[in-house]
This record gives sequence, structure tokens and C-alpha cells, in this order.
Amino acid sequence: MFNFIIKRLLSMIPVLIGISLLLFFMLRMLPGDPAQVLAGQMASPEEIETIRRQLGLDRPIYEQYLSYLSRLAHLDLGRSARTQNPVIEEVWARLPNTMLLAVAAISMACLFGIPAGVISAMRPYTWVDYLVTMASLFGTSMPVFWLGIMLVVVFSVILRWLPAGGTGSWQHVILPSVTLASFVVAFIARMTRSTMLETLNQDYTTTARSKGLKENVVVIKHALKNALIPIVTVVGLQFGLLLGGAVLTETVFAWPGLGRLIVDSILARDYPVIQGTILIFGLLYILVNLAVDILYVLIDPRIRYD
Amino acid sequence: MTEATEKGVCRPPHEFSTDTGLRRFCLKLRRNKAALAGGVMLLIYLAAALLAPLLVQGDAAAPNLSMALETPSPQEPLGTDELGRSILGRIIYGARVSLLIAVGVVAVGLFIGVPLGLVSGYFGGKIDFGIQRATDAMLAFPGFLLALALVSVLGAGIKNTMISIGISMVPQYIRLVRACVLTVRAEVYVEAARAAGTRDGMILWRHILPNVMVPITVQTSLSMGTAILFAAGLGFLGIGVQPPTPEWGTMLGSARNYLFHAPHVATFPGLAILLAVLSFNLLGDGLRDALDPRFKL
Repeated sequence: MFNFIIKRLLSMIPVLIGISLLLFFMLRMLPGDPAQVLAGQMASPEEIETIRRQLGLDRPIYEQYLSYLSRLAHLDLGRSARTQNPVIEEVWARLPNTMLLAVAAISMACLFGIPAGVISAMRPYTWVDYLVTMASLFGTSMPVFWLGIMLVVVFSVILRWLPAGGTGSWQHVILPSVTLASFVVAFIARMTRSTMLETLNQDYTTTARSKGLKENVVVIKHALKNALIPIVTVVGLQFGLLLGGAVLTETVFAWPGLGRLIVDSILARDYPVIQGTILIFGLLYILVNLAVDILYVLIDPRIRYD
Repeated sequence: MTEATEKGVCRPPHEFSTDTGLRRFCLKLRRNKAALAGGVMLLIYLAAALLAPLLVQGDAAAPNLSMALETPSPQEPLGTDELGRSILGRIIYGARVSLLIAVGVVAVGLFIGVPLGLVSGYFGGKIDFGIQRATDAMLAFPGFLLALALVSVLGAGIKNTMISIGISMVPQYIRLVRACVLTVRAEVYVEAARAAGTRDGMILWRHILPNVMVPITVQTSLSMGTAILFAAGLGFLGIGVQPPTPEWGTMLGSARNYLFHAPHVATFPGLAILLAVLSFNLLGDGLRDALDPRFKL
């Protein structure tokens, strides 16, 4: 297992180099002089020259990339053009908020999505199944930011039960996490339904039933346990969607996370922060996929990576 | 695996080129009520987009402050926005923008992704390795974030929104087409063409491309729904289509400031997005089921 984790971590290196290349050339794709863009329209020629030297833009492109890689390896993501604070500090300050939202949303999505999929698979082609299927279809088609706005209208404006935005208490977490969860609950329900339909028709499920076990024991201990691998995979993959959704959800609820940071930085054309935040999002996505691979072993003892 | 391949659509579909295959496909699609509903909804959107100048009186972008934030009434069935513009009129004109973006996005995705997928799958070796590693790096970012990153560089506007979202969809097309080419290139007719001395370019164009069109069609329908969602998201954040162009996401973005006084301003553009995306998803699911050999009549 340890060897597997090391191998898996090493296999991340080419992807990380790819990401770094993508982000490096992103800044070079900017129309005009990147130093001018970073310095702003009002900057003097001396300021532009200083930024050019700081960024190493006066050196050959391969040297620039190698120096960029070396800075990345030291977790030096540069300084914010707006606040002049190190980007890594800005990211660290916001990361816990995004993680709190993501974990709350994914837990909520599993809490509702998995039972909905199981119930749907246990009564296929009945009204319950059609209801879950239709709800899933609506869930995957719904703009997450619109749902967030509608929840604010109902629960904050009309009923006045929950705060419309901000942070500070557990009540503040409810609406943003429900909004974000809606983004992934539909996918989890659909995947659970289709895998449960397969496992419920397997021989071991028939055997469990013929032994006289109660239906809920058959479903939970035999069918669901064997359906968990694809479900966990889809939960891991949906984490990426969730990060994308976090950008919109955090904007709706003025939630001070990484998503809000990236939008503010784009609006202010603060490229070092944009690059840094996107890099961290990419890293998080890769790490979640690694965690999913490790979870496989814990869920299914038949899987051996050694 | 991409959505279009997950149910076995990715296979040599030469049977669909025959009349019987095509008839069976049409029959399956017609019997799928959900897909039919999606198709009808899509036709309504298309008609609204094409006939917008006839359906909407006056300029949908011109402000009329004396009518600001009016609630729905017989004169204005969906009410008016903060500048007194008809929400219904702007939703109808918004259909033009959203459908245009959806078409533009898939055009970019197809134009870049399909040739790269064809070359990667057909030639293999170092070319395949290079294209696939680049695809891996792009797939390390969730699609919306990639589009967000690109639009931050290219700038706001309809054209840049199309390009950014289109590029974010390229990896999906590359993977889909490559997977299909790997299946098709082993077919006898490809070997026969190669043995007859046909050039690689001609084999790709005449023999392989027509046989990967089915999964591409399914993926295109599903991608259009995603494109509308992404474009609305960018518009909502203020970095996509810019006001006063009527775009559903942009409308929602400005409606956010009036939630306490006029929640109807935010309700209807969101419904328009939901139904448009739903119609593409229903049609895409229907196409996939109709093209799936395991789904019998």
C-alpha cells in the first residue's frame, strides 16, 4: 500500500508539469506586454521595467519556465498585484472556507444521493424511480447559481430563517452547501441506481435472499457494499465539478473562499493570484483522485495494489 | 470515459447508414417520450431565437426607467428588470445569444478536438503520447475552471466566451474520438484501403471520420447543454457576455442586487437556462439510447 501511494504520487509529476506549462503559457498568451498588464495602465516605465526584471521576462523563455518551476517547488506563487501579499498566504487564508463548504456539500450529496439511488433501484420503473430519475435530470440541468438565488429568496427573503450570505455560524453554511450539493447529488443518485440495479441481480444477492435474510440486510450488506466502488469513483470525479461550482456558489453567498478569490482576481486582472488559485484547484483535484484510489482498498479487500 | 461512450455508442456504426438502421433509430427516438419532449422544447427555443424581432416589440436593450422592476402583468407577462426592460423580450433575445454560444462552443471543440483525436488514435506512437499527455494536463482542471482561466486571459465578450468554453471541451472530444478510432482502425475496410495504397489523410477523412460521427453527435448534443450552463455561469460572474447584450446568465447576475424587492427578475432567466439545458440533456440521452445496440425496441 505504501509503495502504491509513492508510485501514485510519482505519477502525478508529469501531470503537474503539464499543469505548470499550461499556467506558464497562460500568462504569455496575454495580448501585449505581460509586465504592462501586471503593472496596470497608470504604471511608469520604471515600474514596468522592475516587474519585467522581477518576473524574469527579459530572459529566454526556457529559463523563464525553469525559474517558474523552481519557484513553484518552493511554494512561491508570487505576490498579489492588488495587495502585494504573497499569493500562497492569500490562498491558505481562503482554503479552509472552501474545504468546509466542499466537505459539507459532498457529505450532504452522499446522504441524499445514495439512499435516493438505492430506493430507486429497489423499485425500478415505479413512480418512485421516475421521480428520482426526473429529479436527477433537473438537478444536472439546473444552474447552481440560480438555485442558490432561489434558496436565498425563499429561506432568507420570504421566510427569514437563514442568513443570505457571509460566514460566522453554522447557519451560514446551510444554504451554500445545499446549493453546492445539488450540483453533485443528481450524479451520485444516478450512479447508485445503475450500479445497484446490477448488484441486486447478482447471484450473491439471490443467495443472501434465499438464506432468509431480511431485505434491508440484503440491500445494505450485500448489494450496496458491492456497489460502492463505482459510487466512490463518481464522488471523486464530482469533486472537480464541485470545485467549479464553488466559484459560483461562493459568489452568490459572498463566501470568502478560493472561488470568490479567483473571481475577484479575474475582475481585478490580478494574474499571479489567478495562476496560484487555479494551480491549487488542480492540485486538490489530483489529490482527491489519489484519495479515491486509496479508498478502493479500504472498501474492497479484493483490490491489492502491491 | 466520456458520456457518449459509456453506454456502448462508440462502435463502428455502419449499420446506421442503411435505410433500415436509420428507420429503426428514428422509431426508437420517436418512442422515447423524454427525448421527444426535449426535441420539442429545443424547437420552441430555436423558433423564439429566429423569430425574436417579430415576437418582441421594440428594443430589448433600451432602458425605460419609468417601468423599472414591474411585477408580472398582462402587459409584461414576466415583469420588467431594473432598467424597465421586458424580461420576456430579453429572454427571447437571450435565446439567440445562448444558442449561438452553444453552437460556437461545439464548433471550437469539434474543430480542434476531432482532428487531434483522429490523428492521436490513428497514428499512435509519439504523436499519440504527446497529445494524450497534453489532454491529461487539461483534464486535471475541472471544465468550468479551465474556461474561467482562459476567459481571464482572453477577456469578456461573446467570441471569447465561445473560445474559452470550446477549448475547455476539447479534451473530451479528443478522448472520445481517439477511443472510437482505436476501434475503427482495426476494421477490414480500413485495412483494405491501406492495402490499396490510399493515403493516410484520405483514410482518415473518407473511412474513419464517417464511422465516428455517431458518438460525436451524441456528445455534441450533451456538450451544447453544458456550454449554455458554462456561458451563463461566466455571464453571471460578470466575465462572460457583457451587458446590455441580453444573455440569461448576465441577466441573473444583475438581478442578484434586487432579490429583496423584486425576486421575479431572477426567477425567469434561471428557468430559461434550466429548460434549455434540460432539453439538450433529454435529447442527448435519447440519442444515446436510440444508438445503443443493447437498447431493443
